[in-house]
Amino acid sequence: MHTLLLRSLLALTLLISAVSSADSDPVKSQTQAFIFTAIPDQDESHLQARFNKVADYLQRQLGVEVLYIPVKSYAAAVTAFRNNQVQLAWFGGLSGVQARRLVPGSQAIAQGFEDQFFSSYFIAHRSSGLSKSETLPAAMAGKSFTFGSKGSTSGRLMPEYYIRQQLGDSPDKLFSTVGYSGDHSRTIALVQSGAYQIGAVNYQVWESELAAGKIDTSKVSVIWQTPSYPDYQWTVRGDVNAIWGDDFQARLTTALLQMKDPDLLASFPRSAFVSADNHLYQPIVDTAIAIGLIDPNQ
Amino acid sequence: MNPIPPTFPTASTLISGDTSASAMRRVSLWFAVSALLCLAMADLSIVSADPWGELSLMAAGALSPSVWSWPTLATSLANTFAFALQGVTLGAIGGFALALGYRFTLVRALCAFIRSIHELFWALLFIQIAGLSSLTGLLAIAIPYAGTLAKIYGELFEEVDPAPANNLPGLRRKLSDFFYTVLPLAWQPMATYTSYRFECAIRSSAILGFVGLPTIGFHLETALGEGHYSEAAALFYALLLLIGTLRLWLHKRLLPIYLLAVFIYLPPTADISWQLVMRFITEDIVPVPLRGQGFNGETLTHFGHWLHLLWQQQLWPGLINTALLGQIGMVLSGLLALALLPLNSPLFVKGWKRAGGDSILVLLRTLPEYLLAFIGLLILGPSMLPAIVALGIHNGAIIGHLLGRHTEQIRLRADASRGVSLYFYEVLPRVYRQFLAFLFYRWEVILRETAILGILGIATLGFYIDSAFETFRFDRALLLILASAALNIGVDQFARYLRQRLHLKTTPESL
Repeated sequence: MHTLLLRSLLALTLLISAVSSADSDPVKSQTQAFIFTAIPDQDESHLQARFNKVADYLQRQLGVEVLYIPVKSYAAAVTAFRNNQVQLAWFGGLSGVQARRLVPGSQAIAQGFEDQFFSSYFIAHRSSGLSKSETLPAAMAGKSFTFGSKGSTSGRLMPEYYIRQQLGDSPDKLFSTVGYSGDHSRTIALVQSGAYQIGAVNYQVWESELAAGKIDTSKVSVIWQTPSYPDYQWTVRGDVNAIWGDDFQARLTTALLQMKDPDLLASFPRSAFVSADNHLYQPIVDTAIAIGLIDPNQ
Repeated sequence: MNPIPPTFPTASTLISGDTSASAMRRVSLWFAVSALLCLAMADLSIVSADPWGELSLMAAGALSPSVWSWPTLATSLANTFAFALQGVTLGAIGGFALALGYRFTLVRALCAFIRSIHELFWALLFIQIAGLSSLTGLLAIAIPYAGTLAKIYGELFEEVDPAPANNLPGLRRKLSDFFYTVLPLAWQPMATYTSYRFECAIRSSAILGFVGLPTIGFHLETALGEGHYSEAAALFYALLLLIGTLRLWLHKRLLPIYLLAVFIYLPPTADISWQLVMRFITEDIVPVPLRGQGFNGETLTHFGHWLHLLWQQQLWPGLINTALLGQIGMVLSGLLALALLPLNSPLFVKGWKRAGGDSILVLLRTLPEYLLAFIGLLILGPSMLPAIVALGIHNGAIIGHLLGRHTEQIRLRADASRGVSLYFYEVLPRVYRQFLAFLFYRWEVILRETAILGILGIATLGFYIDSAFETFRFDRALLLILASAALNIGVDQFARYLRQRLHLKTTPESL
């Protein structure tokens, strides 16, 4: 018995000392590290190694310590941004909008070149009998359908918007089943295997998997492409200048726009970054409100 | 003193056949019937597709594991172990404290409440105020485990032989009575159970990686999602190895050293800003219509409307789907457990064969349900079926393992029959009481686990809770969590009632 008590006391002591040392310093000093996060829309493995290089680049350009922390989902990225655990994030269209609503004063400062005209593909297994068409085919109704991740712009938001717009009903009423595969690669795998008959996927992920020979086009093919919309962007918190100096946000923007090393850009994967602002993403805000993912009065 | 009336079976109970065995038969029958009814209501369509391309990639990956980075593998394994050990330790301390008051309904309800919330949801809640920190990982395990351990400890205390306590002279001191007459008798099963929970905690800890804590699940989920099956296989084998070899290196006497090591290696810290905590409590979880408004008739109408919509669109369908899936999943788990029990029973397999059988069970229960559901989805298509299969295999393997261990206590006569006859005429009747007790315990766990099967498009309560977190509607998340907690508490109460009714021994050495 006393060994248990001893152990418990020991653990408690350690715990208390650990917790009390943690919250002693809420106001950070000037030497605070600048932290960012990023979830690319494909190839999420080995993020730490790849983005440490981006952190090194930013550190050289900005002259302050820059760290990267990996997160697992759009929601986790937004939460970290909201709680000031990260000050800069590479967000998808929807997660960026959510983040900027939760952190007043934050700004979209740069987007990928490709993100000016992003798009989603609707893909279908051959057993569905659907083929490429000008609009979403009404014959989609009654079939099984999968989105990507619940918070994805290209795998959920825009596809759902066009489903409602063109077929006149919500996905759960139109389709026999509505799944959330959680990931673009998995959406492709599931539709290719016929587990789901139709899916919606980020066009870029489709193109790169196609180029890599992972897709059997006799089994799964693109049936419709959405009109273009703005997607991924860098968003920074509004209070960074107060911590790192008056021109910090401007210098950060320049550093991002001047990132030319293909090795660094490949992590996103984008060919270049171009400037952006919050207003560009108004269509995403309107769409998210239209399908009920965010509340209009927030 | 009144003479105690003799408790012979009366003629009427004998005639009606109302023995405890028949009561167990009846309950089993009702469960089977209810599962069949649920089956009739569930969507079980099978889509015959061509899953073999993806499955052969998975098989190839499983046969050619490759480690991408040894340091990453080592640290994520160490983190998995550290969160688990810290979580169980803190959970055991908290559970012990709660168990002391387990006779109070309020304490029991509190325990049922905290354990009814899935570890992942605890983590998502703490992430809002403590970020992705080691403290979040620790609390996400410690809190639900405290609820579970309190229940087990509490029931062990209730079930110990009352003779020593009854023989104490007058002038009773409750606490010292407890330490001298109850605790020593309950100690051994408590220790066994806690050590079993540690294996569960490693699995829980691994799964916390799914929401971003740096455990092995973080990398495993990514690798599976992107189809890097060789890497996924290596990560999974590492987790299996960790769990499979626990017995070899986690000795009781070394425990203090391991504990010290994990608290030094991964001190539970977090940058908690009270501003965030206040914002979470006073804004985030307050229903939208009530936020920042004075309380008047109009806000009340809005709130009523909000509640009505949430009930209609999420709460009610979520409750139905969760209950349906939970019920069928439980009955399938039970059937599989009975089928799998010989794999880990010394009455049927011995020596290396039993080690092999046990390994199969370890493998089956360590496979994340999420992966089982994905494989099921590929083969069977999207319906409730893959979810039922995933829940059944995972929980069936756990109960089968425990039942197998339970049969160690059975002493057979020298002329006992063998094989199928032994199973049906001797072992099954003798373990059936225990089997039902295990199954009832597992019932609420199964309900909780329905939460993580969103990939199948089954709208359980957990599915809606996850969606609420994804859209930062913590007010909805909280209400849905409360609803699923209420469901779990109801099921827990019902299971407790059944156990008492059937006189099941409510103190499994391990579960």
